Amino acid sequence: MPEPMLIVDSVSRRFGGLLAVDKVSLQINPGQITALIGPNGAGKTTLFSIISGFLPPDEGRIVYDRIDVTAEPPYKLARRGIARTFQLVQPFPGLTVRENIAIGAHLWQRSRAAALKLADQVARSVGLGAQCEAPAATLTVAGSKRLELARALAIAPRLLLLDEVLAGLNPSEIRDMVPVIRALTGTGMTILMTEHVMQAVMSLAEQIFVIAEGRVIARGTPADVAADQRVIEAYLGRGAAHRTAAGNAHA
Amino acid sequence: MKPYLPIVFVVALLAIVPFVTTSNVVLNFLVTTLLIALVGQGWNLLGGYGGQYSFGHAAFFGTAAYATAILQVRYGVNAWLGLVAGILAGALVGAAIGVLCFRSGLRGSYFSLVTLAFAEVLRIISSVAPITGAGVGTLIKLDLRPEAFQFQSRVPFYWIILALVALSLVAVRATENSRFGAYLVAIRENEDAASALGINTFAVKLAAMTISAAITSAAGCFYAQYFLFIDAAIAYGPRISIDALLAPIVGGAGTLFGSLFGALAIKSLGEATKLVAGDAPGLDLVVYGLLLIAVVGFLPRGMAGLMAAVVPRGFRTALPAERDHA
Amino acid sequence: MLSPVILVPAVINGLMAGAVYALVALGLTLIYGVLHIINFAHGALLTAAMFAAFFAFTLFGIDPYLTAIVLTPLFFGTGYALQRFIIGPAAHGEDRGFLLVTLGLAVVIENTLLYFFRADTRTINLPYAFDVIEIGPAFVAVPRVIAFAAVIAVAIGLWAFMHWTDTGKAIRAVAKEKLGAELCGINVAHIYGVTFGVGAACVAIAACLLIPTYYVNPTAGEAFVLIAFTIVVLGGMGSIPGALLGGLCVGVVESVSSIFLGQSLGQIGIFIMFIAVLLARPSGLFGARL
Repeated sequence: MPEPMLIVDSVSRRFGGLLAVDKVSLQINPGQITALIGPNGAGKTTLFSIISGFLPPDEGRIVYDRIDVTAEPPYKLARRGIARTFQLVQPFPGLTVRENIAIGAHLWQRSRAAALKLADQVARSVGLGAQCEAPAATLTVAGSKRLELARALAIAPRLLLLDEVLAGLNPSEIRDMVPVIRALTGTGMTILMTEHVMQAVMSLAEQIFVIAEGRVIARGTPADVAADQRVIEAYLGRGAAHRTAAGNAHA
Repeated sequence: MKPYLPIVFVVALLAIVPFVTTSNVVLNFLVTTLLIALVGQGWNLLGGYGGQYSFGHAAFFGTAAYATAILQVRYGVNAWLGLVAGILAGALVGAAIGVLCFRSGLRGSYFSLVTLAFAEVLRIISSVAPITGAGVGTLIKLDLRPEAFQFQSRVPFYWIILALVALSLVAVRATENSRFGAYLVAIRENEDAASALGINTFAVKLAAMTISAAITSAAGCFYAQYFLFIDAAIAYGPRISIDALLAPIVGGAGTLFGSLFGALAIKSLGEATKLVAGDAPGLDLVVYGLLLIAVVGFLPRGMAGLMAAVVPRGFRTALPAERDHA
Repeated sequence: MLSPVILVPAVINGLMAGAVYALVALGLTLIYGVLHIINFAHGALLTAAMFAAFFAFTLFGIDPYLTAIVLTPLFFGTGYALQRFIIGPAAHGEDRGFLLVTLGLAVVIENTLLYFFRADTRTINLPYAFDVIEIGPAFVAVPRVIAFAAVIAVAIGLWAFMHWTDTGKAIRAVAKEKLGAELCGINVAHIYGVTFGVGAACVAIAACLLIPTYYVNPTAGEAFVLIAFTIVVLGGMGSIPGALLGGLCVGVVESVSSIFLGQSLGQIGIFIMFIAVLLARPSGLFGARL
């Protein structure tokens, strides 16, 4: 079993009276796609913000490649190889698609020309090649999500954090986006994604953590998790597991 | 070399002026215009490109002016050394304010407010402190020798300020084509996204503020040499802080020539106002205020936005999302 | 130096002065809380109101407290119109736009006053301006006591307005959630105008309260702008109780530091406090609450 790339160790975070994340522990293995799922308000995005350095945890540690990176600022994490996309896309609105991606590329490319060239390549790899000159503000939702992804990829990360990258896409756009994500692991990339779109999660993820009310309530392969009673109840309410089983029994 | 051609063209055009006219009125107008252009170019780097709107750029202008004046008057330091010392002093103040503001994560209106406050504090201190001459101000003794950075004719002054402006244009152009410049613009567009991409936003903003302060400081030193007198109101007063932001905004914030064209526009407007309505104090600033409101309301990209429709592609300067990459 | 005989009157006078600062800050914090913009024109509006009160007295002999009755609705209307027809449209809804437009407005107002009235400093001579009331060890000028009482009254009135009238509730709704308020049928542009108008009205009242004891010149309001900002930041952007308490605090600080630093440097104490507060705690002591 290869050593985990990222260890979230007993992390907690409180907002005033609300315990948003409650002693959450997880491990992300290299080269895999891991998904974080759970009902709304479960604490997934808070956890994401903690892992990506935008929010410090109140308790616990984040360990990346055996280094304790707890509460390191986002730019330092980016330099270590952790990239993140935002749930609500955060483009650089006044810049073109190419210029947007080039900002990411500049992390390892000092020269403007080299960064722009790399930006072109990355744009093509996510299907934005034709829109390089377009101002980022004119992209559709699907285009913006791809730009978000391209920008993160441009910093050549080893761990990619995708925060609901499929949110707001219609079914055909989702169908187009899923292979793009899957192709990333071909290059050895490790991905941690939070998602609500279940078919995508089930088909992409190799490992799933289910979060509800700030706590991990289940973990395992997609099949394990789908059958888990606690998961069904977290989504559908108390007793739903029985009702579902009873319904299936009658069917 | 190609990106710098427009600068060569514009500077050459301006350099011809002393050969075409000996009118002191014209020369004085251009000298003061270029002075404002330089002050504004400093602001432009931090505000136009970096998106951090300082309302107190006078803090750097005044510090540099006072530094060079005090060094000459009280310590007999050579005026050219005073220029260097003034720029360093102003840059240092810029760095100090930058560290305080950016460490605390101050952004947007808060940043503008605090820079305004710093300039005000300096104004009050310099209006009572003995070393700056308190309410009376500081007078540099007339010493019309080149070694003392003073000249009989306005022409050498014109060359010097033109050279300084040219340098500032080159510096900004170089920034535009560099990683530092790209990072600065990224911070303006979306600071959080920028930090997620590995940008140390604190360091970039601090560097921009320091360079910005240095450019404006150069103008402060020049002012001291050209007018030979400064006091608290001139050095740290709102007038300079407003000029600093008005010129680039009118000309096009975040563009290479924005500050220069904007300075030309506002100085011309100021002179026209004086011609029409006399020399009454305050009227030209009223016009400036109205201009600011009008530009923000109708011409958010300033003159550069207008020109983008007219100027041939090769001379287009950096309007975001319109640059073409060689 | 710190004996009660000197300190207590300084504190009491500071409280009186602070009350008026608080009123100015009240308008500013209201505008910030609802429009989420920092009104750089606030000081200029104050100056304009002070000039109005000044001329009402010197030209027509109208007592400043009576002038307030006319000036307040006048400034309300002016503020409303400014926001609705100039600031709002010109700013295009961007923070930067508001910043620059209100700055431009400040420049226009102040320099118009400068152009018409020159830079001379003027004062009025109210017959009862120097009557004093004895409060403990302190002798406090009557106008200051009136000002203190008036500010308390205005603050209570404002609170009542915000909590019991429909418009007040609409204002609070817009402050909390603009889009939601719009969806409920609230005309946000109108509410913005009303809020700005109320802010301007506060300033008009403050001007009338100040003119008996304070001088007026085209930059008089400027001195109050940064003080008001300090208070707003100290008390929390958008918090009315914060503005009140902050105002009283600042008044006391200025009064006490003047003992040690003298009049002109006493102002520095405020600016430095302002900078310090912003650097340490940008959300102020009370945070954003209305």
